[in-house]
Amino acid sequence: MNKIVAKKRVAPEITLFQIEAPLIAKKALPGQFVILRIDEQGERIPLTIYEADGTQDRITIIFQEVGKTTKKLSTLKVGDSLPDLLGPLGKPTSIEKYGEVLTIGGGIGIIPLVPIARALKEAGNRITTILGARTKELIILEKEMKDLSQEIYITTDDGSYGEKGLVTDILERLIAQKKRMDQVLAIGPLIMMKKVCEITKKEKIPTTVSLNTIMVDGTGMCGSCRVRVGEENRFVCVHGPEFPGELVDFDELLVREKRFTKEERIALERYEEELKGENAQAEARGED
Amino acid sequence: MRKNLRVRMPRQRPEERIRNFAEVALGYSAEGAREEASRCLICSPAPCKEGCPVGIDIPGFTLHIKEGRFDSALNLLWEKNNLPAICGRVCPQETQCEVQCILGKKGEPLAIGKLERFVADWGKSQNIKLKTPRPRPAKRGGQNSKLKNVKVAVVGSGPAGLTAAADLAKSGYRVTIFESLHFPGGVLRYGIPGFRLPKGVLDFEIEGIKRLGVEIQTNMLIGKVFTLKDLFEQGYKAVFIGTGAGLPRFLNIPGENLNGIYSANEFLTRVNLMKAHRFPEYDTPVRKGRRMAVIGGGNVAFDAARVAQRLEAEEVTITYRRSEQEMPARQEEIEHAKEEGVGIKLLTLPIRFLGDERGWVRGMECTRMRLGEPDESGRRRPLPIEGSQFMMEVDTVVVAIGQGPNPLLPSYTPSLKTTPKGHILVDKDGATSIPGVFAGGDIIPGEPTVIDAMGHGKRAAQAINKYLRRR
Repeated sequence: MNKIVAKKRVAPEITLFQIEAPLIAKKALPGQFVILRIDEQGERIPLTIYEADGTQDRITIIFQEVGKTTKKLSTLKVGDSLPDLLGPLGKPTSIEKYGEVLTIGGGIGIIPLVPIARALKEAGNRITTILGARTKELIILEKEMKDLSQEIYITTDDGSYGEKGLVTDILERLIAQKKRMDQVLAIGPLIMMKKVCEITKKEKIPTTVSLNTIMVDGTGMCGSCRVRVGEENRFVCVHGPEFPGELVDFDELLVREKRFTKEERIALERYEEELKGENAQAEARGED
Repeated sequence: MRKNLRVRMPRQRPEERIRNFAEVALGYSAEGAREEASRCLICSPAPCKEGCPVGIDIPGFTLHIKEGRFDSALNLLWEKNNLPAICGRVCPQETQCEVQCILGKKGEPLAIGKLERFVADWGKSQNIKLKTPRPRPAKRGGQNSKLKNVKVAVVGSGPAGLTAAADLAKSGYRVTIFESLHFPGGVLRYGIPGFRLPKGVLDFEIEGIKRLGVEIQTNMLIGKVFTLKDLFEQGYKAVFIGTGAGLPRFLNIPGENLNGIYSANEFLTRVNLMKAHRFPEYDTPVRKGRRMAVIGGGNVAFDAARVAQRLEAEEVTITYRRSEQEMPARQEEIEHAKEEGVGIKLLTLPIRFLGDERGWVRGMECTRMRLGEPDESGRRRPLPIEGSQFMMEVDTVVVAIGQGPNPLLPSYTPSLKTTPKGHILVDKDGATSIPGVFAGGDIIPGEPTVIDAMGHGKRAAQAINKYLRRR
């Protein structure tokens, strides 16, 4: 039952799991995600499928510890099982031959970027990549993206690696240099995707973004993940996760994703207190 | 004279029950049930039976109750209905069997639903389980013994799927239900709150269906993990699709994506399935509003409003664009909601939502309506009264104006014919455009109730049986 068969630390607070999930592994395509629940009290959270290996009956997920559920998830060990794992969800990326594709990944947005860039490359596209993160340690999967890309640019907010600045600085420079871009794919924080789309919209470069919103069922039933795309309300779980970036109402989404900030903080603090208690008990028993 | 009135069922007091999620109506005692059953005139032919979508022998079971043979009553119920404890609670009997009751001409009709519930609850209290089908006397190598190895897939474990699965299992098929959520039950689980249908009752009836030999696999999204074609290749000889509702409808008015505005499906799923009312013990949150508005006049709107009351909202108001007469909700639900302090603003239609600087809903502008000529639904059409706009202060809104069919399976099954709205097209037996594939419940046109969906499940089980025997 969805046993964790491998675990690896990718960066501080970013963990990789390989999970036994034969049915999902056989069907998953780049761009799709799973929803999981870690225990009886758990919430349902969506996570990108990083890799699906149908021959090994495994899927790989990589996630960052951002709240209680992901923190608790990261404490699971090889041999532990996930009680609930649903997928593959969402529409797979439509892989076409565009020609020159610029892929932009920010922070954990690099995780979904890798399988999509790989599929795009296999379809005969030439890939140029910009990766960005707060600091050096958070530039993850650099080697994977380098192997797929003709050119790669790296930025960090603090200048600890690559160029100091934002991915959009490089994007603007490439545009100024008249670099050919037939298609842009941007995945990262909402604010990054928003800024990227503002630039590419002006230049009329078609841009795809991948959204990761709050979901409950993930099958088109609850509407928690609704987002305004052009004139329509769309559901990220069944109509997405990818949308034409120039049509997405990022400002609305930035506000919507803060709906449960207060509760997320309460849950996290409560969990950390719990952990402290457990550690203190372990210490009292003379354990490590 | 007393004979004209029903035996009353004890209920939790409103001021008490809005502080818990326990059931409102507490059920008949054995004496109460026998007394109520003794009002039955045992008509023949029985008009009540005609009103029942699954054809329960109502006079038969009331006679058993009257004479104290509760086990016989239960067996008679089970012949037609695999989920009597659920039906006894959530069926709109007042528009189905009870509306036909002769007693209703001079007084109150027989409380058929309450009696059904009594018998089912009595069975549960005695731990009497739905019987596994007796092996039919089949000749060696005869058709019935072959059936055991005929596999049928049921997609979705709501009322339609559970009913179809149980009937097919009773006919001897090997049935597997595929459910996408982590618990079975569909709308009975995520939609109907515990105070109307306790989850223990649902679990018990689902256990009963499993005892018939039905296997339930959760976290299985058909269309994605297996396509219909995959299912046939795995040896399933027929498929029943009961994937239910999807895509909640919104009003399409300005401000509808402000924070604090939920679809009824989201609000109810957070509480009923994910237990958000017990946050932070449970991880899923739900915002507890102070002033909540629920938009709509159906059972779902009332469920949402009553859940909101139990989340300790200070003021919960239902707004509905027509008058109380046109409300599709059950009378009982309307009464319970009113007793619990839910306000109802009739002839009121929201036209836009207003938010604060942080993106949270703070107000709802409405217009008053009047009723015009009847529309295509036969109900008088609501028309806006010019210049009648007014503001309501709200911090949480639940939009409960219905939903479309679940889009997932049809979108991955191009040969499945659907209506322009995405409902699966079926014939009078529930057969779809693909041979061997049947459908029922909210995924087909018509916005059925729980019992209608069960009726679809029954109808499809019969049709599947016929289809498989022909082959």
